[in-house]
Amino acid sequence: MAGENIMDYTPLLISFRIALAATVITFFLGIYSARLMVNSRSKWKGLIDGILTLPLVLPPTVIGLLLLIVFGKNGFIGDFLLNFNIRVVFSVSGAVIAAAVVAYPLMYRTTKGAFEQIDMNLVYAARTLGLSEHKIFWKIIIPLSLPNIRAGTILAFSRALGEFGATIIIAGNIPNKTQTISLLIYTAIAGGDMELAVRWVGIIIVISLLSVFSVNMFTPAKSGVGRSV
Amino acid sequence: MSLYVSIKKTLNEFELDINLAVGKSSVGILGTSGSGKSMTLKCIAGLETPDSGLILINGKVVFSSERNINVPPQERNVGYLFQNYALFPNMTVLENITIGLKLPKQERIRIALEKIEAFGLGGLENVYPDRLSGGQQQRAALARILVKKPEILMLDEPFSALDSSLKWQLEQEAINTIDHYDATSLFVSHSRDEVYRICSNIAVVSKGKVDSFGEKKEIFENPKTVSSAKLTGCKNISKAKKIDSKTIMCVDWGINLAIDNSVLEDLNYIGIRAHFFEVAFCERTNSFEIEIRKIIEAPFTITILFNFKNNNTSIWWEINKADWEKISKESLPNYLSVSPGKVLKLKEEF
Repeated sequence: MAGENIMDYTPLLISFRIALAATVITFFLGIYSARLMVNSRSKWKGLIDGILTLPLVLPPTVIGLLLLIVFGKNGFIGDFLLNFNIRVVFSVSGAVIAAAVVAYPLMYRTTKGAFEQIDMNLVYAARTLGLSEHKIFWKIIIPLSLPNIRAGTILAFSRALGEFGATIIIAGNIPNKTQTISLLIYTAIAGGDMELAVRWVGIIIVISLLSVFSVNMFTPAKSGVGRSV
Repeated sequence: MSLYVSIKKTLNEFELDINLAVGKSSVGILGTSGSGKSMTLKCIAGLETPDSGLILINGKVVFSSERNINVPPQERNVGYLFQNYALFPNMTVLENITIGLKLPKQERIRIALEKIEAFGLGGLENVYPDRLSGGQQQRAALARILVKKPEILMLDEPFSALDSSLKWQLEQEAINTIDHYDATSLFVSHSRDEVYRICSNIAVVSKGKVDSFGEKKEIFENPKTVSSAKLTGCKNISKAKKIDSKTIMCVDWGINLAIDNSVLEDLNYIGIRAHFFEVAFCERTNSFEIEIRKIIEAPFTITILFNFKNNNTSIWWEINKADWEKISKESLPNYLSVSPGKVLKLKEEF
């Protein structure tokens, strides 16, 4: 914990590491699932989309509990992972999973929105010009969706960085291990150390402001990019 | 060089049922929006799949429900010009043209630069589409298509979103390109004037079916069906009943019309084009007393809305301004006539 005057930055480091790992996971999962969903013609599409968006609207504590059920030592994945001596509960990997699940819908939805906005005539034209579906995705769809993908990544990272409810349930609040900034603030307030809490609140406000600015910077305000001519 | 299409596809509002055989010529596909024109092009290009049928491009089967063949659009080599040209906004003109070419890089660039030069886009190689004018965009899109030497060329309403001054210029450029490209070309439009100017043959499409198909003069001068008459611009159409071999009764207008050659048995509609009426000063063959309801002035023509005496149906009459000024100097006309040879004899579509 923080000393009298010297600030201990371990929670910042832990927060960043967890958020970064969670963002990398959601980045690939989000883009991949958005592509699958946009191309899908399944009649279950609406339901699947709802389930994938659920973590955005569910209370984080509920997500934490659900993760505990799945990854706990009685859960089917948790039980399986224990065979390899991997423990998710009360560990950093638990915190990463919690942050990734909570941040995932932001990445998924912004990317899917970008894919859906692409003028179908561009895809049609590409097909008649002989471009493979693979090439169409990488050379046309991804470049045109880049502003949204960037924005989605930053939003997901910010959400992962501030994660509290699901994390405290599955990863606990272990100093120097799983204690992120949000958890530290909670602990500080609970322990009556208002000065410490306020100091960290200041830090988190600065970080959050920076991400909001960068989202605005990357989101196209004019029509030039990402639209057909 | 030919195209054969015989396909069926169930759509939301009607069944697409297109039968079309086209040689090496430019065919205009004329139809109202939502009549199935674009869907037909998409089926030919392989962007949509018909429920059943057969499509041959230059003798090659690209779709056959019977033989379970459905060649993907990538391998059909069909040139498709979209209404908004669909240039890739994230690529320069040069990249837009090279991306479809499967050749070594040097070769690709050399061929693309040749096309860029040929289409008057020299100097714009590294410009992005949003910096191009409408005309340059069209030329870039055409260059991108023609560099691939497509088997057939399809243009999907390329001018309908343009203002009229640009439209004429681009239309002339497109006609030039189509004429020089020696292959089957399909031109889809809802504008009868456009289709007439650009193509030699016309297929009228209505509610998913080819209503009539033939030489453009024949289609325009002698439409056989109500939808062909409407699409070629006939504004006045009435239900009709045969009275004798030279006379028909226009049910909606309450008049009897004489027509020149004998009445077809299955005739059940007639049409009179708005500019086929003539002023008559007394009663003679096919002249009728009229009541003028409204006079609408356009820059060069006058449109008059009238009805036949003792009937309520509005009828359109169009006349050029100079003639109208001569006629209306003294008093407005009371009688109009139509020559028996100018009456369109039509069948109802089913």
